[in-house]
Amino acid sequence: MGAQLRVYRRRMRSVKATKKITKAMELISASRILKARQRVSASTPYANELTRAVSAVATYSSTNHPLTTTSENPIRAAVLIISADRGMAGAYSNNAIKEGEQLVALLKERGLATTSYLVGRKAVNYYRFRNRTIAGSWSGFSDNPTYEDAKAVADALIKAFIADAQVDPAGVDEIHIVFTEFKSMLTQNAMAKRMLPLEVVESDTPVPSGLLPMYEFEPNAGVVLNALLPRYIQARVFNAMLQAAASEHAARRRAMKSATDNADDLIKSLTRLANAARQAEITQEISEIVGGADALASASTGSE
Amino acid sequence: MTLKVELVSPTERVWSGEAVSVSTRTVEGDIGILTDHAPLFGVLADGQVSIHASDGSTTEFKVSGGFLSVAKNRVSILTETVGK
Repeated sequence: MGAQLRVYRRRMRSVKATKKITKAMELISASRILKARQRVSASTPYANELTRAVSAVATYSSTNHPLTTTSENPIRAAVLIISADRGMAGAYSNNAIKEGEQLVALLKERGLATTSYLVGRKAVNYYRFRNRTIAGSWSGFSDNPTYEDAKAVADALIKAFIADAQVDPAGVDEIHIVFTEFKSMLTQNAMAKRMLPLEVVESDTPVPSGLLPMYEFEPNAGVVLNALLPRYIQARVFNAMLQAAASEHAARRRAMKSATDNADDLIKSLTRLANAARQAEITQEISEIVGGADALASASTGSE
Repeated sequence: MTLKVELVSPTERVWSGEAVSVSTRTVEGDIGILTDHAPLFGVLADGQVSIHASDGSTTEFKVSGGFLSVAKNRVSILTETVGK
């Protein structure tokens, strides 16, 4: 076998092995999207009820809670970026990080300093490589976040928010979250949202409209709000993480599908090249044999 | 007239359906809710939630903290951890 042909065969073997891996990853991601989406929808009733409750309490109580008051002179904002732990998901993490950069630039324009809270190894590595300070980072659960993970992140953010930014360098006046929204299997958008101070309350499904009833509070509105708001933030962070996880799987599935398709194309063109090389080898061998026979024939006729 | 009750945790809807009454404990003390209860927001203490469903069955859950909101015959109980 000629050297050229051997090289082509070797490359084909390696591309085939890669294709098997990417195909497997595509199938794994496809099955996980379904689970991740189910988890998003399972968390919706809690988020909706909480949203109803927060809007009701916020509307019907005149308590000034630190979590609802806007600072008159904000100096610092926290940015929470949710990215993936692993790569092989196309531009998924990059998009979230870029959206975060844009948000930071926007906040800088408003004269705010920013502190970074990062979820997922990809964002952490990006910030470490650029020697930026990280106020808090969590990783290891990006594709399957639990409520406890969300709670840990949310609690750190709430702690920073409650600290007075004017005197405490760890305190922040605003909290923004950057995550990838799962719209459908085909569309996922990296988006930035302000989480604190609370603005117009939003959720995926519209909250039943109409007048909210006059509530009694037990023990009182302040205590209810105190207990309600941290949970609301936790639920928001949890929901963002679940959506990000679903988006990550969808992005990975898509990236792995195109990798598999590319491997197919590569195998096809390598097969063509290998066939041509084999054919060329055969042609050469034949012409060598014919040439040799000719030479022998002419040599023997010459001797007679 | 029955109550529409929902018991939800962050990861799932634990119980939802029609009920005659709900009894539980807020930080202020035990509370029972029947139909046409006044709108109420309560902080739950660690303890039990008993839902007496319209079909006569009673379901009990252990909860560790959470919220109770009652309005227009709709009761929602939000809690982080639920056990039987």
